[in-house]
Amino acid sequence: MASKAPRYDMPCQDPAQRAGNFTEVALGYPEKTAVEEAKRCLMCKNPRCVEGCPVGVDIPQFVEQIAAGDFREAARILKTKNTLPGICGRVCPQETQCEQKCLLANKGEPVAIGRLERFAADWDMAQGMRPVEIASPTGKSVAVVGGGPAGLTCAAELARAGHEVTVLEALHVPGGVLMYGIPEFRLPKAIVQKEIDALRAMGVKIEVNQVVGKVLAVDELLESYDAVFLATGAGLPLFMGIPGENLNGVYSANEFLTRANLMKAYDFPRHNTPIRVGAKVAVVGGGNVAMDAARTALRLGAAESAIVYRRSMEEMPARAEEVHHAEEEGIQFHLLTSPVGIHGDDLGNVTSMTCLRYELGEPDTSGRRRPVPVEGSEYELPVETVVMAIGQGPNPLVTKSTPGLELNKRGNIVADEGTMATSKPGVYAGGDIVTGAATVILAMGAGKTAAAAIHEQLMG
Amino acid sequence: MYQVVRRKCLAEAIVLLEIEAPAVAAKARPGEFVIVRRFESSERIPLTLMDYDAKKGTITLVVQDVGYSSALIAKAEVGDGFLDCVGPLGRPTEIAHYGTVLCVGGGLGVAPIFPIARELKAAGNQVISVLGARSRDLLILEEEMRDVSDEVVVMTDDGSYGRKGFVTHGIQSLLERGVKPDVIWAIGPMIMMKSVAVFTRPNHIKTIVSMNPIMVDGTGMCGACRLEVDGITRFACVDGPEFDGHLVDFDLAMKRAAFYKGEEALAKRQEYAQACGCGCGCDGKEEL
Repeated sequence: MASKAPRYDMPCQDPAQRAGNFTEVALGYPEKTAVEEAKRCLMCKNPRCVEGCPVGVDIPQFVEQIAAGDFREAARILKTKNTLPGICGRVCPQETQCEQKCLLANKGEPVAIGRLERFAADWDMAQGMRPVEIASPTGKSVAVVGGGPAGLTCAAELARAGHEVTVLEALHVPGGVLMYGIPEFRLPKAIVQKEIDALRAMGVKIEVNQVVGKVLAVDELLESYDAVFLATGAGLPLFMGIPGENLNGVYSANEFLTRANLMKAYDFPRHNTPIRVGAKVAVVGGGNVAMDAARTALRLGAAESAIVYRRSMEEMPARAEEVHHAEEEGIQFHLLTSPVGIHGDDLGNVTSMTCLRYELGEPDTSGRRRPVPVEGSEYELPVETVVMAIGQGPNPLVTKSTPGLELNKRGNIVADEGTMATSKPGVYAGGDIVTGAATVILAMGAGKTAAAAIHEQLMG
Repeated sequence: MYQVVRRKCLAEAIVLLEIEAPAVAAKARPGEFVIVRRFESSERIPLTLMDYDAKKGTITLVVQDVGYSSALIAKAEVGDGFLDCVGPLGRPTEIAHYGTVLCVGGGLGVAPIFPIARELKAAGNQVISVLGARSRDLLILEEEMRDVSDEVVVMTDDGSYGRKGFVTHGIQSLLERGVKPDVIWAIGPMIMMKSVAVFTRPNHIKTIVSMNPIMVDGTGMCGACRLEVDGITRFACVDGPEFDGHLVDFDLAMKRAAFYKGEEALAKRQEYAQACGCGCGCDGKEEL
């Protein structure tokens, strides 16, 4: 049995080199490595990895095809459950999902399912992607509000089932967080573009610059479509409520990353959207978005870029690989630390941030040990840019303009877990607008669940 | 593509553009704004609506060539297109019957005050407009404002037209004459809106201002447009753009508005605007 072989590393760009460019960090498995890695799979009869996948990919089956060298078949199996495999293979937190459930994970060396998924998807893309089979037209139409992971997945599933699907995207390009948020060096935009092109080839219509809730109301959509799926994504960025947060140079992660990624501020002034990075950058938060912002700052020319996180490395919610890559690139980590104030000069530009040290106390409601401030431990961190990456609230545009839509206390849409149906007949919702800020794959899972329920409603 | 169907020079460096955007025009209300992008390489620029015509399917914007990106927009000729035009965005003006209202527009601010004055007039208010400009040749939309106002007071900094002085002097003279405004709308440069708010605060006259901070998405996602209103952080794109002028921290807003002045100057110096979209024939499609 090949399972005794160690897990194969994925080749990466050299850290010193990549910290100065925006091209992809992880280079993907070569064919031979992919086959060898796939051979490590134990082919369990009751594969637990599948339970760990929010979209239920038939993992052992596609891995088996890679091991056998039939990459086309591997991609086909993958795509029956996951419409965006090239994206998921890159950004899913596999270590807390499929790979965590892998029997080999007990020894710390689970099958590299994510890397294999990426390999199969990239191979397929390089072959020009095979068209997906589509059911005959049902004559039903669905409006999908928001072109991010939840919306695109829902659109693909519905199109595959023969429904006419229109995606209404607020920004000038579809993709949502895949385009504005996740940086090029982690998810090349060409990959996202190809996946979106594949959707268009399936007959999905995508209309940009459509801010639902402003230019079109949900009630108006219900007049022309048989069902509506709301996947508007992340809304208003959260700030800490500390003094100085509105100084110049304090960005939300959304703004910082949108300027850099979507608006291509790294290419200023050829691309006209500016960004100010400065020599020293502090990013507050410990999620993937925080890692993305800190690493982007480095690539934009910051001499020093630091993560400021109030818990310890163990509690950090970011993917292990992102933290590892960030460390390799020289990102500093101020752990058990949280800012209490930001200071600026006469022009209102940031000059420093006062930080307070914490220690871990008793576990809190999340099960993680609660950070407790250490009295008198304040210190001054000289910085020119502060990026707040501590999450976001719901966007109010759709929710406030749609009567009959039940919201929870935080303003997120209430949706049934099994169907993603909202309190408003014919209206479904999923992704960050329901859960609050979460992952790409969870949003995709919601899109898929909603598509199944919508299909049932339309055909029932 | 959103095509320019009418272009008119209103004053030096101030241009009116009527643009085909039927979906936006169908829903537009006074006080709302759009975000436009001319080329693939362009910034997303927010502009408050000067007018909209649902029947014709057009919206009208007035833009002043002050920086690099605004220059690019102002250069658009009839037949040229905008790559993107998204809107209407923001919360519309609360139009109601208040009684007597003052519509104060300074410089470019006369443009967004125009539909507000028109709708307030249609709602049965007595509308007195106070228009301000540095000098006569920079005063815009005077005729249009006269059409929708019961009375118009014109102020110029240099006294070349109307009365000499700032819009606050114009408001003061109205108050001295016994006019008792129930609400004042004041739109113009930040410093003008601040002056009006400072002036009306002791008089306890409700004063609404329209803020135009730096934005990126304009839909409540990025937070670039945040302001402090009554000590609370607000997002101009979804909470505004109109706010109670007595509660806005204008000094902070002015500092935030100046953050990218250096970058803007750099872009302008490099004159990329001249390389594209100005008759060079590439129609913005060429990579700059």
